[in-house]
Amino acid sequence: MNFDADALIDATAPLLELTVSEAARPGVKLNLQIAARLAPLVMDFPLEDEAEPAPVFVP
Amino acid sequence: MSELATLSALDAAAKVRASEVSAKAVVEATLARIAALNPKLGAFTDVTAERALAKAAALDAARVRGEALGPLAGATFAVKNLFDIKGLPTRAGSKINRERAPASADATLIEKLEAAGAILVGALNMGEYAYDFTGENAHDGPSRNPHDLGHMSGGSSGGSGSAVGAGLVPLALGSDTNGSIRVPSALCGIYGLKPTYGRLSRARSFPFVSSFDHLGPFARSVGDLAAAYDAMQGMDPDDPAQAPRPLASTLASLGQGAAGLRIATLGGYFSKGAEPAVFAGLESVARALGAVQVVELPEAGRARAAAFLITMAEGGALHLDRLKSRAADYDPDTRDRLLAGAMLPAAWVVKAQKFRRWFRAQVLEVFKDVDVLLAPATPTRAPALGQKMFVLDGVETPVRANLGLFTQPISFIGLPVVAVPMWQKGSFLPTGVQVIAPPWREDLALRVASQLEREGVCRAPIGRAAEV
Repeated sequence: MNFDADALIDATAPLLELTVSEAARPGVKLNLQIAARLAPLVMDFPLEDEAEPAPVFVP
Repeated sequence: MSELATLSALDAAAKVRASEVSAKAVVEATLARIAALNPKLGAFTDVTAERALAKAAALDAARVRGEALGPLAGATFAVKNLFDIKGLPTRAGSKINRERAPASADATLIEKLEAAGAILVGALNMGEYAYDFTGENAHDGPSRNPHDLGHMSGGSSGGSGSAVGAGLVPLALGSDTNGSIRVPSALCGIYGLKPTYGRLSRARSFPFVSSFDHLGPFARSVGDLAAAYDAMQGMDPDDPAQAPRPLASTLASLGQGAAGLRIATLGGYFSKGAEPAVFAGLESVARALGAVQVVELPEAGRARAAAFLITMAEGGALHLDRLKSRAADYDPDTRDRLLAGAMLPAAWVVKAQKFRRWFRAQVLEVFKDVDVLLAPATPTRAPALGQKMFVLDGVETPVRANLGLFTQPISFIGLPVVAVPMWQKGSFLPTGVQVIAPPWREDLALRVASQLEREGVCRAPIGRAAEV
């Protein structure tokens, strides 16, 4: 997946009220890029709409 | 140095019960060994000497009165510093948490081990907030490998691996979210048990990823591992994630070994990306058990990816407030992973949880034809302290994220695993094998580990690098 990690940080951090310092930015970008490389392994796997997520809440 | 400190937990307890030695003598020997060796190992962050001596005195008095003593009477243990210890702030490897108020009660698992007569002697170093496979810590320094002080102990329960491997205590507790019991067990050459998800209470321990967090024991013998695990079972109303399961004692069944069990080695994903010594250790275990069959867990690579995403997201969400107010007080490596995790799209995480249920169903199918699965624990022996990259199958890869390559798909669906230690001729550092059982069958993994130990295939000698 080719995506702009800076754009994601700039859009999301304010929504979460997070400040990503200049010192943190390269590391945050690197970790987002790792996640973005792994995400298609999960997202491309076909599962039906009815597939239940693993955690089951028992009231 | 007194040999009392390096007895197994069961041997120490037998001697205390038989009045051959006092609990006080065992504790004093343990405290002396910790004082002598811990400065080189960095395993302990707190030593609870006063509490331990008081507990020993109470135990010795009970023995004199003729009272029955527990199965672990007088055996010493220590816990990863994310377990609440009454009177201490639960630092969870962080700088930030040490400002917390002292814990008002012990973690449930400490209470249970002490109810069995074991004596807590302190808290152990760990990777910050458990997001770590190295055993290094930016605030407390690294916990070091007991077989070579220049190498990693593994993480995140690094102090647990270091303390048990070096013979400072026969028993320790740690946590395992993606491999944090199995990785240090493998790197330090000891046994570790990650029980089934939901088996043991997590009450009063600092969390990381609620979906995957497990607590469990480390030891240098399978008997000690089983005895500690047996003592810690039981329902706890303080842990909402615990599953209602009956007690299932394991110690008495260890002698059955692998008899009658169908054992297979995991192929596919688990047969690539490790150094030859790791596969040699795995093959030795398989050969000793007569395990010739190879089976695959379908889509194990996707399972690892899904575990990775859920971990990032739940970890980031857990730490959000601290990331806002205290970002500068984190280890930068931890901070950056958590910040990124807080920003992951929700759809990735929900899909990963759906995939988790699918993967669980596939693996339960595999367990219809086999009873126990074998896989490598880590891709390499202990990397050097400070090492950032290693080469797996010719590809340069970050150490910190990838030491758990083989453990992550297994904890993803909460299977019970015993990590067993292997030694290759001429190597000063061990490798580890995961002995994996179906849900709720810790007994099977422990039986297999016990046979491997009895036959001398696996062994956990004390690492004496700090004694030189």
